[in-house]
Amino acid sequence: MITRTAHTLLALALSSWAGLAFGEMRFNLQDQKTALGHAVYDLHNAIVVICLIIFIVVFGLMLYSIWKHRKSVGHQAAHFHENTTVEVLWTVIPFLILLGMAYPATKTLLAQRDTSSPDLTVKVTGYQWKWQYEYLDENISFYSTLATPRAQIENVETKTENYLLEVDNEMVVPVGKKVRVLLTAGDVIHAWYVPALAVKQDSIPGFVRDTWFRAEEPGVYRGQCAELCGKEHAYMPVVVRVVSDEDYAKWVTERKAGQGTPVAAAVPATATDAAPAEAAPAPGVAAVADGKAVYDQACLMCHAAGVAGAPKVGDKAAWAPRSAKGLDVLYTHAIGGFNMMPPRGGNTALSDEQVKAAVDHMLAQSR
Amino acid sequence: MEAVHGHDHAHDHHGPTGIMKYLTTTNHKDIGSMYLWFSFSMFLLGGAMALVIRAELFQPGLQIVNPEFFNAMTTYHGLIMVFGAIMPAFVGFANWLIPMQIGAPDMAFPRMNNWSFWLLPPAALLLILAQFTPGGPAGVGWTLYPPLTIQQGMSMDLTIFAVHILGMSSIMGSINIITTVLNMRAPGMTLMKMPLFCWTWLITAYLLIAVMPVLAGAVTMLLTDRHFDTHFFNPAGGGDPVLFQHIFWFFGHPEVYIIAIPAFGVISQVIPAFARKPLFGYSSMVYATASIAILSFLVWAHHMYTVGMPVQAQLYFMFATMLIAVPTGVKVFNWVATMWKGSMTFETPMLFAIGFLFLFTIGGFTGLVLAITPVDVQLHDTYYVVAHFHYVMVAGALFSAFAGIYFWLPKWIGKMYDEGLGKLHFWLSFIFFNLAFFVQHFLGLAGMPRRIPDYSLQFTDFNMVSTIGAFGFGLSQLLFLYIILKAIRSGEKAPQRPWEGADSIEWTMLPTPAPYHSFEKPPVIR
Ligand code: HEM
Ligand SMILES: [Cu+2]
Ligand SMILES: [Cu+2]
Repeated sequence: MITRTAHTLLALALSSWAGLAFGEMRFNLQDQKTALGHAVYDLHNAIVVICLIIFIVVFGLMLYSIWKHRKSVGHQAAHFHENTTVEVLWTVIPFLILLGMAYPATKTLLAQRDTSSPDLTVKVTGYQWKWQYEYLDENISFYSTLATPRAQIENVETKTENYLLEVDNEMVVPVGKKVRVLLTAGDVIHAWYVPALAVKQDSIPGFVRDTWFRAEEPGVYRGQCAELCGKEHAYMPVVVRVVSDEDYAKWVTERKAGQGTPVAAAVPATATDAAPAEAAPAPGVAAVADGKAVYDQACLMCHAAGVAGAPKVGDKAAWAPRSAKGLDVLYTHAIGGFNMMPPRGGNTALSDEQVKAAVDHMLAQSR
Repeated sequence: MEAVHGHDHAHDHHGPTGIMKYLTTTNHKDIGSMYLWFSFSMFLLGGAMALVIRAELFQPGLQIVNPEFFNAMTTYHGLIMVFGAIMPAFVGFANWLIPMQIGAPDMAFPRMNNWSFWLLPPAALLLILAQFTPGGPAGVGWTLYPPLTIQQGMSMDLTIFAVHILGMSSIMGSINIITTVLNMRAPGMTLMKMPLFCWTWLITAYLLIAVMPVLAGAVTMLLTDRHFDTHFFNPAGGGDPVLFQHIFWFFGHPEVYIIAIPAFGVISQVIPAFARKPLFGYSSMVYATASIAILSFLVWAHHMYTVGMPVQAQLYFMFATMLIAVPTGVKVFNWVATMWKGSMTFETPMLFAIGFLFLFTIGGFTGLVLAITPVDVQLHDTYYVVAHFHYVMVAGALFSAFAGIYFWLPKWIGKMYDEGLGKLHFWLSFIFFNLAFFVQHFLGLAGMPRRIPDYSLQFTDFNMVSTIGAFGFGLSQLLFLYIILKAIRSGEKAPQRPWEGADSIEWTMLPTPAPYHSFEKPPVIR
């Protein structure tokens, strides 16, 4: 009931704005595809309507006063300056209204935080600047990175429909199942955000947090990282493909067949889904790829452009004196930090082996 | 007018002149003016950065700047506006007005007053220098969250030092204000007779003293994490990145009220003056302000609903935050009741006050929406939050500062501003502000994250509108500068009390312009 009214009122209030619409504009939360999302959507509408009513009453009075109690219409100022009854009333009434809001809010919040008895658990790790998805029960693991070509970002090519909201490897989940998402991060804080599924959860290095969703209908739901995480923050989308149980089972089988051992997962396997082919990175030898993957994720930020005095990859002159110090010194510096170089390139989650692999990779590129 | 000048000179006579006059001045009016001019120049600098942001966001794709520079712009825009523009503006008001409103000759500690101002330019210089250091300017957002802050170049260190210095300046200013208000009131000026502006600053000064050291601690921990391997926030060393957020927001939420409360004070002076009717519910205003201040210490984690706190903590912070809406509402009701059955006129200060009331209330309501945890989980770190805090900080604090400047300028310089241009400034600001920021609510609702230089296509239309509004708003502020300069150079002579309804003692007991040492003999307040 309240939601119906909410919808109508909101629509009314916004139609004036919609009047100046040029193109497709959205004035409210995205259409929700989970039960919890509907609850949040309705809760938000209800609050907005209550606020709108209060706003109209208070500022209606104010505008009336501005109209009637003007000097220019000859209104003489009254001299009252307090009234205990009124003051008590306008403290108590808002308090009661807030209590009324707190009840549904609490109910929704409790539901939102109940991550118990999931049908499926996926661990998601945020890195600068990609997401890693690990299906713990299935032993599936892959990275998901932006698939939009650079040329579109740089305005060389025309931007296509899902500009910035498309990835090489989508997260695939079955419809109607409670999916618990465990979140952590490898470097800095990120946030995993899919508006239509009503989930947003920070992914924090060193800690594991969780959230969940149960999608009502198959489809592709797009979101992106919501916590500032460095220069490519705008370029780490989240794409969740919700499919039927059968399609999900098929995807799992193909995924497992395609990826070999989980270690090699640093190289995304060929996508089985609709991701554009040109975006899939070329597969390589596992060890080399590991070093390169680590480099791309942790070292590239500085070593690609020579930020903060970092020796540029490919710059032989810069690297020669360094490799002269011996590989072990370079390993130690890379692991423990050196001048402006942060320990492990700033990504404390890396193992010594991974850092060493990255050093090898950089040296190989700079000989 | 001439007589007043002669009077001024008699006092300046022995003191240094030229730049040395300003370097060494201990006079609350000189210092107040310096604060205000400093604030305005920071406002232009921060504003220019905002326009870089909005220009890049006019269309999807990268057009003007690269992402690193974009992130630096959001970071320094925020820091400069909060610490360089808004806070010093209200300290400027405090300097100018508190002695005049309580019947004192000057501030309690004039030399410290000089020092607390002169700390600001070096801090600003550090923030500017931070743009040109090796490794590039820091791009972490004004909230400085680690571990991202740990990754930055030396720009981050300069920024941290700037925050330290700004904090020192604020603490000294606060000590000065508290001592002045508590010890230097004229006979008969009891606390409950003080103009509300003095009350709001007294409360704000306590907030500042309580939380600036907390911020200083937080950024110092960042500094030692960056250079001395202390691992406060580094999980690999047993630290916790979320700890920083708790400390930061324990400072940060009171900070937003440090910005808002003096603004409430200004509005509480302006509205009665133009309604020609005493402020409604003076004592409940004092209590509401005090309870907002106290509650503001208890709600910080509403900025952190998505970090994964236990649900009990989320519930507590949700209830506590909703509670803040009550005293905030009381203030709005009191202002409307002050206008009710008054005899109103609508000169520029009143227009800005009404604009404040209208738009600040919208910001309060969106604050309430954000207080509701399950809704905030959708809206956190989106443009909805950006819209919210610009409604409370620009349409709130900044509009209130404009109201205050137009209101007291005649008293300060003895000349009137151009009323027609003032009104034009209001209407331009009001319209362009809404154009720039109202649409950002829709962007946030639809899921556009904040702090991104590039966005997906569905957000294009509103971003264009917002950018147009932002440029309009920015350019309108040049008109403000022109109005002020024009008033100073060739404004009409102001009468002692240009506003019929203004009745605090700076209007009723002091000549216009106010003498150099406000009250040399304490007035007697009945
Ligand atoms: C009724 C009063 C208010 C309530 C209930 C309220 C509530 C909130 C909440 C819940 C957030 C967090 C949103 C998020 O990050 O997801 C927020 C953000 C913010 N609020 Fe308010 N607020 C109120 C008034 C104010 C005032 C008066 C100011 C300042 C003058 C202010 C300034 C801010 C700022 C600066 C942020 C964002 C900080 C950032 O993340 O960069 N708010 N507010
Ligand atoms: Cu991010
Ligand atoms: Cu807050």
